[in-house]
Amino acid sequence: MSKKESTFLNMTMTLLVITIAAGVSLGFINDITKGPKAKAKLERKVNALKQVLPEFNNNPVEQVKLIKSDKAKDSIEVYSGMMDDKPIGTAVIGSSEKGYSGLVKIMIGFNPDGSIKNIVVLEQKETPGLGTKMKSDKFLRQFRGKKPSEFNLKPKKDGGDVDALTGATITTRAFGEATQMAYDVFVETNQSKN
Amino acid sequence: MDYIIILIAAVFVNNIVLSQFLGICPFLGVSNKVSTSVGMSGAVLFVMTIATLATYLLHQFVLVPSGLDYLRTITFILVIAALVQMVEIILKKVSPPLYQALGVFLPLITTNCAVLGVAILALGLESGSLLKAVFFAIANSIGFALALIVFASIREQLELAELPKGMKGVPINLLVAGLLSLAFLGFTGLV
Amino acid sequence: MAETLTQKENFLKGIIKDNPVFVMLLGMCPALGVTSSAFNGLGMGMATLFVLLMSNIVVSLIKKQIPSKVRIPAFIIVIASFVTIVEMVLEAFIPFLYEQLGIFIPLIVVNCLILGRAEAFASKNNLFSSIVDALGMGIGFTIALTALGAVREILGSGSIFDFRFVSEDASTFILFILPPGAFIALAYLSVLFNKASKTN
Repeated sequence: MSKKESTFLNMTMTLLVITIAAGVSLGFINDITKGPKAKAKLERKVNALKQVLPEFNNNPVEQVKLIKSDKAKDSIEVYSGMMDDKPIGTAVIGSSEKGYSGLVKIMIGFNPDGSIKNIVVLEQKETPGLGTKMKSDKFLRQFRGKKPSEFNLKPKKDGGDVDALTGATITTRAFGEATQMAYDVFVETNQSKN
Repeated sequence: MDYIIILIAAVFVNNIVLSQFLGICPFLGVSNKVSTSVGMSGAVLFVMTIATLATYLLHQFVLVPSGLDYLRTITFILVIAALVQMVEIILKKVSPPLYQALGVFLPLITTNCAVLGVAILALGLESGSLLKAVFFAIANSIGFALALIVFASIREQLELAELPKGMKGVPINLLVAGLLSLAFLGFTGLV
Repeated sequence: MAETLTQKENFLKGIIKDNPVFVMLLGMCPALGVTSSAFNGLGMGMATLFVLLMSNIVVSLIKKQIPSKVRIPAFIIVIASFVTIVEMVLEAFIPFLYEQLGIFIPLIVVNCLILGRAEAFASKNNLFSSIVDALGMGIGFTIALTALGAVREILGSGSIFDFRFVSEDASTFILFILPPGAFIALAYLSVLFNKASKTN
């Protein structure tokens, strides 16, 4: 089996060719997958909105408000749900980087009176079986109908009102922080409306 | 204060081997003697720290600004491979005794999922803090060392024990690793 | 190379005699890390199979063009490219699996199984044999991971492929979806596998 000689020129050329070929193919695939990736993200958002807000017939995604905050890296997204032009709820995406494995991003739907209608988890990479249980109904249902102004979003261990996830206190804290962030933004936008 | 939490989390709560399953190959492969485990841990500490430093900077100043984030995996592994080669060469020249001690482990570290894993995990920390990322790498290699050395000392004892034939070798090692992991699970409430 | 295998032997060795996980102890990290459910194990197995197959094909095709001294970096670039393709495709089309497998997707690139086969087989054999080798090893790997995932899911979550056969509030051996359970389950599965393959 004759292989190429390991001369400096041969080695450099071979690696260069392979790298260029790799780079080109990856760039190509990246372009192809960009569209579907964005589409999938958008679909998830719309699905989440449908789950956290009461029925609406406007287009919240198009009318999204971006609030800059020093608590989050990117702007915070605020969606207003309307039924026949009457506001019926606001969804806010809260996030925290203090999860066990980093980013926890959730969408909270607030009723006009400030109580939580529902929460949907958008992004997380917590430990399967432990932190990922934040998506379970068992955990989420304790938040529904509660007002963050009265219901302390910290885990009971920290003096709050939240029943933490078994073996995932850090995740619970991050979740609470994200929810608090969303609520604070909700209050801000509501006040500016009045 | 954050740094203490990073340290405790990386070494005990989120131990890189026993909770996150990174670095299992060397964990099972090199841990038959405590002395080799110490050598491997030293090499890992070295490479993991420098690698995380390099990849973090690469990510922040090259990949992200030019939108080439999808090249993350391929550039990171190439950086790690190149770094290992360089470290080998430098170590040979600068400190032959250290090279003697660590040298044989270095090539194995390129395919050590712990190094690439920690480099990627470091990106999830609060952004912009190179110091935290490096500290994270050091803390994780301490966690790796802890798991490896404890496991090796148990294995050295195990050599002398009588075991059912089917359990000898891999199965009993995995079982012991499982018990170690169980012990470390007890740390979950810490942070 | 003293003996040449028939293609049938070539294929089957990856499944039993040289099973990557149970015999050669390659790919342990993902084997333990993503098998908290059967679906995850299967998904990871298939992703790895894809990368293994494609890299074996490419390496076998260009083996004559690669100077010996740079073959490892060359293999790594090839493997890393296919891993990145898998990353992008999963994120775009199967986001659920992408999220579940998480950091283990890029880690496919350091799965010693793939680099190992490129070095030990694909760089020394023709295209067809390399394809068969990849398929055998990849399927053996997938079977191991899916089995491990199934055991852990059944004992730990009371379900299989997300089909619950136990009520939601029932107690299950949660231990098995946690890290220790992975080690323990793999330990006993190895014992069973060794017993079973010895009687063949």
